Amino acid sequence: MTLWSQTLQFVISGLSIGAVYALIALGFSIIYNATGIVNFAQGEFVMLGALAAISLLGAAHLPLPLAFLCSVVVVTVVAALVERIALRRLRTAGVLVLIIATVGVSMVLRGGAMLVWGKDHVAMRPFSAPETLNLGGVTILTQSLWVIAITLVVMVGLQLFYTHAQVGKAMRATAINREGAALMGISPDAMVFWSFALSGALGATAGILIAPIHMAAYNMGTMLGLKGFCAAIVGGLGSSVGGIAGGLALGVLEALGVGFAPAGCSGYRDAFAFGVLLLVLFIRPTGILGVRANRGT
Amino acid sequence: MVAVGVVAALVAALPFVLRNQYYVGIAVFVGINAIVAIGLNLLMGYAGQVSLGHAAFIALGAYTSAILTTRTGLSPWLAMPVAVALASLIAAVIGVPTLRLHGHYLAMATLGFGMIVSIVINEWVSLTGGTSGLVDIPRLSLAGLALDSDTKYYYLVWACVAASLLLSFNIVNSRVGRALRAVHTSEVAAATCGVNIARTKLQVFVLSAALAGLAGSLYAHQLQFVGPGHTFGFGFSIELVVMVVFGGLATIWGAIVGAGVVTVLGEYLRRVGDRDVAVFGIVLILLLVFMPRGLVHGLASLTRRLRREP
Amino acid sequence: MKSSGCKWTAVWVAAGICCLMVLMAAAPGPARAAEKAPYKIGAIFSVTGDNSPLGEPEKDTALLLEERINKKGGINGHPVRIIIEDDAGQETKTVLAAKKLVEQDNVVAVVGPTLSGTSLAIVGYMEQKHVPLISCAASVKITSPAEMRKWIFKTPQSDRHAMERIATFLKRRHVSRVAFINVSNAFGMSGLEQAKMVLPTMGIEIVISETFGPDDADMTPQLTKIKATNAQALICWGTNPGPARVMVNARQLKLRMLLIQSHGVANKKFIELAGDAANGVIFPAGRLIVLDQIPKSDPQYGVLGEYTRLYEKKYGKAPNTFGGHAWDAITVLADALSKVGTDRVKIRSYIENRKRFVGTGGVFNFSPQDHNGLSKDAFAMVKIEKGKWVRIE
Repeated sequence: MTLWSQTLQFVISGLSIGAVYALIALGFSIIYNATGIVNFAQGEFVMLGALAAISLLGAAHLPLPLAFLCSVVVVTVVAALVERIALRRLRTAGVLVLIIATVGVSMVLRGGAMLVWGKDHVAMRPFSAPETLNLGGVTILTQSLWVIAITLVVMVGLQLFYTHAQVGKAMRATAINREGAALMGISPDAMVFWSFALSGALGATAGILIAPIHMAAYNMGTMLGLKGFCAAIVGGLGSSVGGIAGGLALGVLEALGVGFAPAGCSGYRDAFAFGVLLLVLFIRPTGILGVRANRGT
Repeated sequence: MVAVGVVAALVAALPFVLRNQYYVGIAVFVGINAIVAIGLNLLMGYAGQVSLGHAAFIALGAYTSAILTTRTGLSPWLAMPVAVALASLIAAVIGVPTLRLHGHYLAMATLGFGMIVSIVINEWVSLTGGTSGLVDIPRLSLAGLALDSDTKYYYLVWACVAASLLLSFNIVNSRVGRALRAVHTSEVAAATCGVNIARTKLQVFVLSAALAGLAGSLYAHQLQFVGPGHTFGFGFSIELVVMVVFGGLATIWGAIVGAGVVTVLGEYLRRVGDRDVAVFGIVLILLLVFMPRGLVHGLASLTRRLRREP
Repeated sequence: MKSSGCKWTAVWVAAGICCLMVLMAAAPGPARAAEKAPYKIGAIFSVTGDNSPLGEPEKDTALLLEERINKKGGINGHPVRIIIEDDAGQETKTVLAAKKLVEQDNVVAVVGPTLSGTSLAIVGYMEQKHVPLISCAASVKITSPAEMRKWIFKTPQSDRHAMERIATFLKRRHVSRVAFINVSNAFGMSGLEQAKMVLPTMGIEIVISETFGPDDADMTPQLTKIKATNAQALICWGTNPGPARVMVNARQLKLRMLLIQSHGVANKKFIELAGDAANGVIFPAGRLIVLDQIPKSDPQYGVLGEYTRLYEKKYGKAPNTFGGHAWDAITVLADALSKVGTDRVKIRSYIENRKRFVGTGGVFNFSPQDHNGLSKDAFAMVKIEKGKWVRIE
């Protein structure tokens, strides 16, 4: 395999995991814009989406598109419930308390998933056969193509949502200036609610897309959530475009790093994301694309 | 002052009241966790910042002590200050750029740092022993008397807890402490009064890391083994935060209470099995909602309310 | 900020915790109307936590054996009590469990723990207290250096033996260049160490060595590099789920090499996770999983059959190798108890000199220098064909 085709191989596998990071990063940014807090339970939405979809496919024998949809709906509801039950009462407490509360939520979701699905890993078949395509010596997983394609669709959908839907427009207004939006009659409480629901949906989508590549288990959310978070910071917390760019960049950098690292260093793969995070925090903490003016209470 | 005396007496008498070394062993771990919790409490309660990677500083302390005593044969008493110094130094490196900024950048930085330390411990085999860890770490001995029983170690650990408490009290009541409280109330007002916010926060962060490093060192000599395990990972960083929240942010005694409750509860829940993660999370949220100022304040106000009822 | 009310509350809470600790032990039960004092065996398994697939079968096996021995009248008339502690895979909990078993419950010996890391955490303590420990974990560091592990034994086969078995197998097929990929955890790294020591002595060269993290999902970068070499076989060393992923990726990349795994994949989960990609994979395994293909003349035939029969009867499913390690540990301890009673020193030297003890993992021949007692013959070579295990050597 030539160096060129090796590099291409790494870049493509990096892009597909990067798309997933991007979706997760979006989830973080949306909640951050509406509430000013970092939702440490974001990764668990991803996990729930994956596991729910696998259950629906397996036990209920639903066809894939239906399982996809149902799983997203279920996790959206869970996210909304989380906001209503756990976090609404803490709205007046400081940002610190809210962050810790989201950590508590993630523990509950993770523990609950462990009780429901057990600790085993479960596999999901890729969306379509054949599993791989061979283009000039480079092997591409067809699932990667699905991930990238559906992520693009989601992005377009989000844009339409922000520009045409009432709720979407309200969310965009809140992201730009929360006080101003409230003065215009947009309820901040409603915005928080919708932001959680939307993040849940995005997280679930990410989980279902990655499950055929990644293998799902009750604890898959932690690392994915953290990496998505790194992507959000790198791109600029609060910026949608930043989240996407950060996610893709992180995925590709990770794959290239593992690919070209000296032998035996591949175990440092996860350290890449966090190393990049620290670098960005030290040099340009507002992220590559800068953070929105809205910084919370 | 009377309260202090009572607690000190309780602590000193405990090993003789407990039935056997198993319980003393638990008390030793409570003490080690308390040292970290006291430092973290200063950071969270007084400086208003959270560290989501504090287990990494424990790891730094533990591994430094372990490596120096097993590889170079350095005396454990000399290795310990080195461990504390290293933890402090690295905390300074992380804190300087991130504490300058407004917001929770420190939380994010400590998160990333904690994960990196976990991975490095695992991967850098020649230094850390990798996944097999380092074994046969020597025990501490005080003036020729080897601290080879849990009871003897217990007194050393709790002496350190007492010292940490003293340090905390002094800081809180000192100029730095007043500056901290000012910052916590209003950063703008504090700045106008000439308080160097960033430096104050940095000092507290470094101190909290130093205490964690000390605890790590004590842990290594207690277990005589360090490896990439639970105590050095992300999960434990969260457990530490839970300890401080349980006890109550900005109550210094609260840190010890929190450490005690969480450690003992954890050992007890061991028998309950897998439900502990979910239960922990639920308890944490309930506490935040109903007793946001922690167990100590919550119980105090509860008893006050009960006493008011005729 | 802090009223004196708070201080006193704190004092009360502190006192409360102390009381909680004092009361925490279950009150001692009523003295049993047994003729003879029970033999107490301690066991530490990772029943909960991420490694419960290993710890649970071990616990189940322990309960099975306890029931069985007592049904037969105990050991020399003494009933057996196995006190099982769960360490959830955390070293601190293992240490506390060991202390509880030794100091509070006064057990004769301890079986377990499940994992190498947690075993290493209590090795020093058991040596110091002179209590025999029979670990169910694999790392060689548990039983060596022998001078500092006089009281420690272990029942799982060593990865060294697995590697020697693989080397013999490869030699017979004239393979001289291999690629090696392993998980960066204790099991995987130990395998790499053994590979570097054993393979060159058999004339097999490791042309490339790669690693992956325990939670990594995509190993195509590493396999891409491996594909570019002239290796004839790929040896993958790890426990689920990574190795299954590696096989899937290898198939996707159309890797044309002999695919060898470690004994860590000797379970159904591997086949479930890898799906079609599991077919053709070859690995060394204890004879337990290919029991139906073992001739009656094999010395292990009896024990394996008995274990499988009893386990299936009680739990309705087939046993696995991890449970087997617990079986071996407890039965060898029971053997010692029946011959020398509860004197710990005598138990230790009995086990240390025990030869030809038939277990599920192999036939054990202990010695003062070898507290594991197994060799590469403990392994059979197994190939996965159409989702089933077929013994090929």
